Amino acid sequence: MNKNIDTKKIIISNPLKLDCGKEINNFPIAYETYGELNSEKSNAILVFHALTGDQYVSGKNPITNKDGWWSYVVGENKPIDTNKFFVICANVMGGCMGSYGPSTINESTGKQIGTDFPIITINDMVNAQYELIKYLEIEKLFAVVGGSMGGMQVLQFVANFPDKAKLAIPIACTSSHSAQNIAFNELGRQAIMADSKWENGFYSNYKLNPDKGLAVARMAAHITYLSEKGLQEKFGRKLQDRDSLRYGFEADFQIESYLRYQGSVFVDRFDANSYLYITRAMDYFDLSKQYKGNLSDAFKKTKTKFFVISFTSDWLYPTSENREIVIALNSIGADVGFIEIESDKGHDSFLLDVPSFLKTLGDYINSTYKIINERRI
Amino acid sequence: MKEEFNIISNLIEENTRVLDVGCGNGDLMKFLQENKTKDIRGLEISKEKVQNCLSKGLTVIEGNAESDLKQFPKSSFDYVILSQTLQAFLNPELVINELLKVGKKVIVTIPNFGYWRVRLQLLFKGTMPVTENLPHEWYNTPNLHMCTIKDFYNFCSTKNIKIYKSIALKKSRISEINKSNLNYKNLDSHLGIFLIES
Repeated sequence: MNKNIDTKKIIISNPLKLDCGKEINNFPIAYETYGELNSEKSNAILVFHALTGDQYVSGKNPITNKDGWWSYVVGENKPIDTNKFFVICANVMGGCMGSYGPSTINESTGKQIGTDFPIITINDMVNAQYELIKYLEIEKLFAVVGGSMGGMQVLQFVANFPDKAKLAIPIACTSSHSAQNIAFNELGRQAIMADSKWENGFYSNYKLNPDKGLAVARMAAHITYLSEKGLQEKFGRKLQDRDSLRYGFEADFQIESYLRYQGSVFVDRFDANSYLYITRAMDYFDLSKQYKGNLSDAFKKTKTKFFVISFTSDWLYPTSENREIVIALNSIGADVGFIEIESDKGHDSFLLDVPSFLKTLGDYINSTYKIINERRI
Repeated sequence: MKEEFNIISNLIEENTRVLDVGCGNGDLMKFLQENKTKDIRGLEISKEKVQNCLSKGLTVIEGNAESDLKQFPKSSFDYVILSQTLQAFLNPELVINELLKVGKKVIVTIPNFGYWRVRLQLLFKGTMPVTENLPHEWYNTPNLHMCTIKDFYNFCSTKNIKIYKSIALKKSRISEINKSNLNYKNLDSHLGIFLIES
């Protein structure tokens, strides 16, 4: 969003060749860090955010004034304990929280780049974030962690930089975006582009915002993050602030009111073009295709330890797709652990208070940190 | 438990690659990690037990041996261990075949249904045996295919599976099983431990 965000930012001067063929340089990557880097620089964890996340993993998000998006996982005395670990998170390229994206101002025109922004991929995002790791002078990360699109970045990161992380934890993700996921993303994009205020992506030139379209995109996507059981239990057919149906199109049902609310708060913090670009990057993600159809080859060069996590009620990135990653790793004898966590909270489980997830993740990270440090790998 | 772990550990050469199928809470994995090899993986069907293993930093995959062993390439482990789990599978023969594919050598341990204490219960009480080693009642036991040391010994010879070493355990007494003492060991041991190869 075109806001003045007081955020940590580096300008990457090295030219970066994007998958689309364009080359960029002198572009900003915004980031945030938590905790302290130890003297051996052995306690750094790079967290990758999901589609609508940002660099504000923990604490208060200065833009929304709400808790950071992974406050259950990252923070003091949390599973990823910032008393112990140095946590880094960057806003992805294409995002709207200070990194290079469609809402970045083009200095020569003084206007937002809009849809002149190049198409970017998960690979491009990861390559840009690697520049940040170099800038922070971290030779080897202890871990790379992320859920959903963050998990895809974890996979891509290890494939691109096989000796730069000791541990990789992809959560609730996939190695290749499914037809169903592309379909939902396309629905969201079409909602935005159907908004007359979108103006082919140059809405900011007219001081417009395709907020209706973006809100619909968010509402549709939000449904995919929940489970049917969760929705039914939380909302059922309960009515919103009324005793009977009104025979109209107002939000009679609580679920309608809830989705409208989710849509309306989203448009205040997220840029419609960023939504287009980032969903496109997810759709283009197909790691096995990058390795001629053999996903195992993506990990052949790495000694990184993997821990894959899925959730029972996640139908957007179901256990079967997470298992494919495990199978690919097993077939080359990689070091991989896997668990499917029981949860009714759907794909969003990784962001929410799911005690068995938080405990397993925290215990695993902490005992692995101890084991690896003892062995001085 | 301790004796079984010691015997298994003695069958394994140092710094080899090991898979523990049905690794439970990871006690054997931990034991082997401390004594034999760091390169050890586990496969376990119970979520709760997988969580316990992962919490200890053990590399464990949630999965079912009957369907998930396929994902490991042939001979990808030096040893595959199946400790007191064979009897719980729907199709033990299939599992043994999968184990023999994935492991260069396989260690199978069997709670012996031929142990005299077990036999006596059925003979005199006329009820399904419940012992320290087999603590379940017939209606809640996870054990679908109980067998004896002799059954497994005969199974291996029928299926042309090489037995490298077979060890009988009674309380903490360890002895070797061979063709000539098979009937006696089958009566006098609560656990059989076999090192086999296809």
